[in-house]
Amino acid sequence: MGETIKLTINQQEIECEKDQTILQVAKSVGVDIPTICFHDHCTANALCRICVVEVKGARTLIASCVAKVSDGMVIETHNERINRSRKTIMEMMLSTSDLSQSPQLLDIASAYHADENRFNDAERRNPPIIDDNSMFVRDYEKCILCWRCVQVCAEDAQYAFAINFKGRGYHTQISTFFEKPLTESTCVFCGQCIGVCPTEALKPKRQWLLELGYESDQIMQMTRNERNKKTKKPQTSSAEK
Amino acid sequence: MSELDLLPIQKTINLLAPQGRTALLPLLHEAQDHYGYIPETVAEEIANAINVPLSDVFGVIEFYSLFFKHPIGETIVHVCNDPACAMAGSESIYKLLNQKESFKFGGEVKPRITIEVAACLGLCEHAPAMLVKGQPMISKDLQSWEEIFEPSRKRPQTILGGDVHRLTKNCGKGRRTNLDQYLETGGYVGFKKALSLNPGEVINQVKDSGLVGRGGAAFPTGLKWEGAANAEENTKYLVCNGDEAEPGTFKDRVLMEDDPHLIIEGMLIAAYAIGAQKGYFYIRGEYLTSYKHVIEAVQEVRDAGYLGENIFGSGFSFDIEIRRGAGAYVCGEETALFESIEGKRGFPRVKPPFPTTHGLFGQPTVINNVETLANIPIILSMEIEEYKSIGTEKSPGSKLFCLSGDVKKPGLYEVPFGVTLRHVIEILAGGMRSEHPLQAILIGGAAGAMADPSQLDVRLSFEDLRKEGLPLGSGVITVFDETRDLRDVLLRLANFFAEESCGKCFPCQLGTQRQHEIMKRIAKRKVKSSDINDLEDIIVTMTDSSLCGLGQTAGSAIGSAIKKWPTLFSPQELKNEFVGGQNG
Repeated sequence: MGETIKLTINQQEIECEKDQTILQVAKSVGVDIPTICFHDHCTANALCRICVVEVKGARTLIASCVAKVSDGMVIETHNERINRSRKTIMEMMLSTSDLSQSPQLLDIASAYHADENRFNDAERRNPPIIDDNSMFVRDYEKCILCWRCVQVCAEDAQYAFAINFKGRGYHTQISTFFEKPLTESTCVFCGQCIGVCPTEALKPKRQWLLELGYESDQIMQMTRNERNKKTKKPQTSSAEK
Repeated sequence: MSELDLLPIQKTINLLAPQGRTALLPLLHEAQDHYGYIPETVAEEIANAINVPLSDVFGVIEFYSLFFKHPIGETIVHVCNDPACAMAGSESIYKLLNQKESFKFGGEVKPRITIEVAACLGLCEHAPAMLVKGQPMISKDLQSWEEIFEPSRKRPQTILGGDVHRLTKNCGKGRRTNLDQYLETGGYVGFKKALSLNPGEVINQVKDSGLVGRGGAAFPTGLKWEGAANAEENTKYLVCNGDEAEPGTFKDRVLMEDDPHLIIEGMLIAAYAIGAQKGYFYIRGEYLTSYKHVIEAVQEVRDAGYLGENIFGSGFSFDIEIRRGAGAYVCGEETALFESIEGKRGFPRVKPPFPTTHGLFGQPTVINNVETLANIPIILSMEIEEYKSIGTEKSPGSKLFCLSGDVKKPGLYEVPFGVTLRHVIEILAGGMRSEHPLQAILIGGAAGAMADPSQLDVRLSFEDLRKEGLPLGSGVITVFDETRDLRDVLLRLANFFAEESCGKCFPCQLGTQRQHEIMKRIAKRKVKSSDINDLEDIIVTMTDSSLCGLGQTAGSAIGSAIKKWPTLFSPQELKNEFVGGQNG
């Protein structure tokens, strides 16, 4: 099949096929590199930089989710320099977004001894919850900007293109066209975005209401009203594309 | 606003729509210019015409700071708040403009004036700088504030000096050098020489000259060209990066305003060498005069037959399209600039692949800085030995330096590589502005590093500066006397990066914000003992792990200050220091 190359990961010499990412090769030999924004079914954009590794001869650390292996590469996946970046990124994330419902992220944080109180007087991102449709709520206080929802809504899966970004830098937030309700966007309520969200920033409405303490029958009552509204006014809906 | 008249921009929409998504920024500019903002219905119209999803169009509007989604005032004023302008009093101008009641009410819908704080406007030599409706205005020249509503004042002149005048021979004359004037001074001789050689010979000549990129990264230009020339594809692009926005930098603005033909000739030669048929000249959105002058110059050469099909019967065809940025420093990063031309948010791409194989529209592309391209006609029109007769062995030729801050003559200076920092500051720029002695020098801009008076004898060349741990960057030298509060200077740099981070990768998106928060505290003398450690971790993380050059250098100046003056960041020192006073 593909061309075989030789490289070194954590002092271990291995042979592997070319045209793979460092992350893939590491995984295949049992070396665990943490990832956050990476998802098997989404285009990798190297955003979170938790998967950075040290490649001999490179000036900076390298994002292993996108960097391809090459012959003779000497890679370290865990050392003081790398861990310092991972720990600091986690500490900055903890002081920015609500990660309380993201056990996988909290695991990474504790694995790298990240101190959640390190930047305790930082400006957190805490926009209000957007509850604009009967299917799911958007709680961007939990959003870490991994882009997965935007990608599955676009070319990675659904081609609905309902969401993109507003603002930039630290003050970026996922948004529809002119911040309109999802029901007035090109959203087809396929739910793919909820499926790939790593932090429960996108959450089924029923689950959200249950967490808020409503009883099942109350929720049925509340959502029934919304369903009725919808059948009376079909033109405002998600069906148009 | 439902009755909005779309007719005025419909013509442009119809004209540009066939281009597809790449027409997005030009169309948004048209809408912004016409309506004073981008109304929702217009955004929808544009999206449908070029077949781009609505949410994507919104994302683009939101990314660029010169696009507004709500109506703004009849007059928009940008007040610069970079270190050089702040030292000259831009804060008080901003406050004063905001306090003037008569400015607040105009028509019923629009306020009379909208005041925006802007990162460096590239007018550092005229500090404190303002743009009024996009035109530079020097507050020193104003008799009354009502004058800012009077349109079209004359363009402020930049002090131009130096030891040599290769790149600047047609600059500083108070006019744009037109084609006739340019031809009189040996213009387009280099291009004609290039046409008499084969492309490989042109590339070799550029390689032999030792020219490296002047935009900040210092990559060997000939090598870059060779990479693109060797790429297999037939369609290749040549891009001129005129998105100059590094705080303290204004060299490219002066070249574009005063001598655009020099850059255009450089583009022609580069395109011939790499086999590109199309070029893009991307100009910073705030540089309206540059934009106008480049448009005029391109039209002159097109009319004279230097652009188009089969130029002078050589078989070489090339044309240039001019693009305006829209207020995003990150678009100076080469791949972010491509995204911007393609009609997208200016997110830098993951590299590799590199532009020489996968650049604009995925095609092999050479992207060069304005000053880099301005060197090309000079290299082609003289013997290599002559070109290398000035400068140092490893940094041949001349370099433009932008001097601002506390010097007598802030301005643009062209010097051979290898002169000392002292020479440029004390001899050329006339030394310190007042009796207060020198405290610090920011070299290379916001992404640069701090130097102290003991380093005045460093020679300005890539190799000498590297040894000193100083980046040459884009040629910025901002001078601070001892009355200046360095914590405030560093706060402004931190603010700049927090504003300009694109938000793509986490280290930069989060790190620039945390760095800014800590510097805000330090500038207020509320230092915590953990601050220095926190800053160091943030800076190392941004430098090591960010996706692009913006994040990798966002902590560079502050990091250099921590090394030089740790006491600035230490709570103990503050107890003995009176607030507002000088630094230790």
